[in-house]
Amino acid sequence: MVRVNLLLLALLVACGVSLVTSRHHARKLFVDLERGQAAARNYEIEYGQLQLEQSTWAMPARVEKIARTSLGMELPNAARVEIVSAGGGR
Amino acid sequence: MRSNAASMPRGTAPPPALPRFRAPVLFGALVLVFVVLGGRSVYLQWFDNVFLQEQGSARYSRELEVPAHRGRIIDRLGEPLAISTPVKSLWAFPAKVNATPAQLAELARVLEMSPQALSLRLNPDEDFAYLAKQLPPEVAERAMALKIAGLNEQNEYRRYYPAGETMSHILGFTGDRDVGQEGMELAQQEWLGGHPGSRRVIINRRGDAVEDVEAIRAPQAGRDLALAIDSRLQHIAFRELKAAVEANKAKAGGLVILDVKTGEILALANWPTYNPNARNRVARDKMRNRALTDVFEPGSTLKPFTIAAALEAGKIRPDTVIQTGPGTLTIGPATIHDTHANGAITVEQVVQKSSNIGAAKIALSLPPETMWHMLSESGFGTAPKTGFPGEVAGRLRPAKTWRPIEQATMAFGHGISVNLVQLARAYTMFANEGELKPATLFKTSGPVAGRPVIQPETALAVRHMLEMAVLPAGTAPKAQVPGYRVAGKTGTAHKLEGHAYSAKYVSSFVGLAPASAPRLVVAVMIDEPNGAAHFGGDVAAPVFSTVTGAALRMLAVPNDAPVDNVILPPPGAAVDEDT
Repeated sequence: MVRVNLLLLALLVACGVSLVTSRHHARKLFVDLERGQAAARNYEIEYGQLQLEQSTWAMPARVEKIARTSLGMELPNAARVEIVSAGGGR
Repeated sequence: MRSNAASMPRGTAPPPALPRFRAPVLFGALVLVFVVLGGRSVYLQWFDNVFLQEQGSARYSRELEVPAHRGRIIDRLGEPLAISTPVKSLWAFPAKVNATPAQLAELARVLEMSPQALSLRLNPDEDFAYLAKQLPPEVAERAMALKIAGLNEQNEYRRYYPAGETMSHILGFTGDRDVGQEGMELAQQEWLGGHPGSRRVIINRRGDAVEDVEAIRAPQAGRDLALAIDSRLQHIAFRELKAAVEANKAKAGGLVILDVKTGEILALANWPTYNPNARNRVARDKMRNRALTDVFEPGSTLKPFTIAAALEAGKIRPDTVIQTGPGTLTIGPATIHDTHANGAITVEQVVQKSSNIGAAKIALSLPPETMWHMLSESGFGTAPKTGFPGEVAGRLRPAKTWRPIEQATMAFGHGISVNLVQLARAYTMFANEGELKPATLFKTSGPVAGRPVIQPETALAVRHMLEMAVLPAGTAPKAQVPGYRVAGKTGTAHKLEGHAYSAKYVSSFVGLAPASAPRLVVAVMIDEPNGAAHFGGDVAAPVFSTVTGAALRMLAVPNDAPVDNVILPPPGAAVDEDT
């Protein structure tokens, strides 16, 4: 009888300890998750800022100005434009 | 000795007898204390536990805000037109700021302001002061790292508009808390606006969240809004409009490009304009989206509708001859004029040469109700419902109130007011075999069902007349586009000031292209040109030509004419028109 009780006591202690460790583990994982989510939010923000930057650099007005002034480009006149239909013919 | 014994020290004497009841009383008192304590703890644990629970959770649980972004506005190709990004503002109660001079100097350096300006902001007589608004988060972080007592930061969002002044009228802008105040930002606030959520978590002693307890409010992120606008066409439209307004020393101008099949507004440019990214001292006047919120008397651009009504009613055919005589026509007390005496001309030539008298005579052959019905069905007098806030309906008076002279002048676009989008939209019926498409600022997918207003034959007949108007014998040869057949109508209207027509003009051109299978309707309006020319054919038609040519090429629309199709009349032979 005493033996059984001792065994049960040991089991109980083991269960208690494992509960504590798994709880601790869960919290650590949760902290990691939180960090990950915060990082994801920051990346999202950064993505928005990069999009903004990209579209600011790529604004047609700016592209046109650079093409015309520093690259010396110009629009081809109508005679030099050929529009090819999807079928391949004119 | 006995007496000595009697004076023995007390300590060794036998203890005096205690009262018999003392022990039970003490015991009882102690039991009572324990009962009271036990009762109290039972009460606190099970019955009155709210306060302690709150106090407890306040020490280890926190309510965290879950941020929600405002949605982006993108164009039809997915290019971002408006994006929110987090920024920080620094504020303080100046009286509570406690900083060393060195710290203040460093703060001024971080904020890129002079130490004098900073100390001015921190005037201790003020209750509250913003030191810097809407800083990039890194800058705010560096400022907070100085650990100045009394300095606080506040999270905000700021909206950026990469297209700047090109598209400010359509997009509008947001206010301080990222809430829409003008334009689509205002109209679509519900769609774009995000609602931050909040949740309760358990934190550890370092302040990290270690466990989720409950979601108090789920965050609702703002949604992206796709507009019908094509950034590339918008750029062309804006560039050319700006150039035309400046070249003609005009007061204002507007340009609209519509997709003929869907009614989508591919471009909508206004001048004057403003930069929504720096709009601190912009006059309200520049913020108006004139193409939708202002009306003007359209002048001759309305003639095709008169002709269409008469064609539908069977009163005329395209080759019916109208006598326009010496160029004047008196109706009651008033006289209307043509710029030139055209004599006997066909209905087609009435449009081509923009004869007021011809249009008036055709209009007078119709009952007022028929004409009213045509104009009303074409969308005049009702707001175009593009989804823009504050768009106007224009003025189309009920037919019952028309006097004959009014009916005659309405034939060439006086006595009626329209906005530019309405006018462009009405022309979609000539491009769509009689079907009027609903104009919209939102991106749609695939063709949109329209409403048939006129017979397909009528639409084709009018389109043919409009094509004649851009030939050298017409009023707008400058509207021709190399490589494409185009069709359109000029307008040169005197402006109504008070109750009289002034010597100021509104010059316009509305056209469609390519004429063989229309894809675009382009409407140009130049308000008060003060340069050498004021006729729609000289002021607005060249803008139409450049914009349409560039837009068609941008959209890779196949040519429907040889590239040497543009024939301009010899100098001096140009046909002008006066409404």
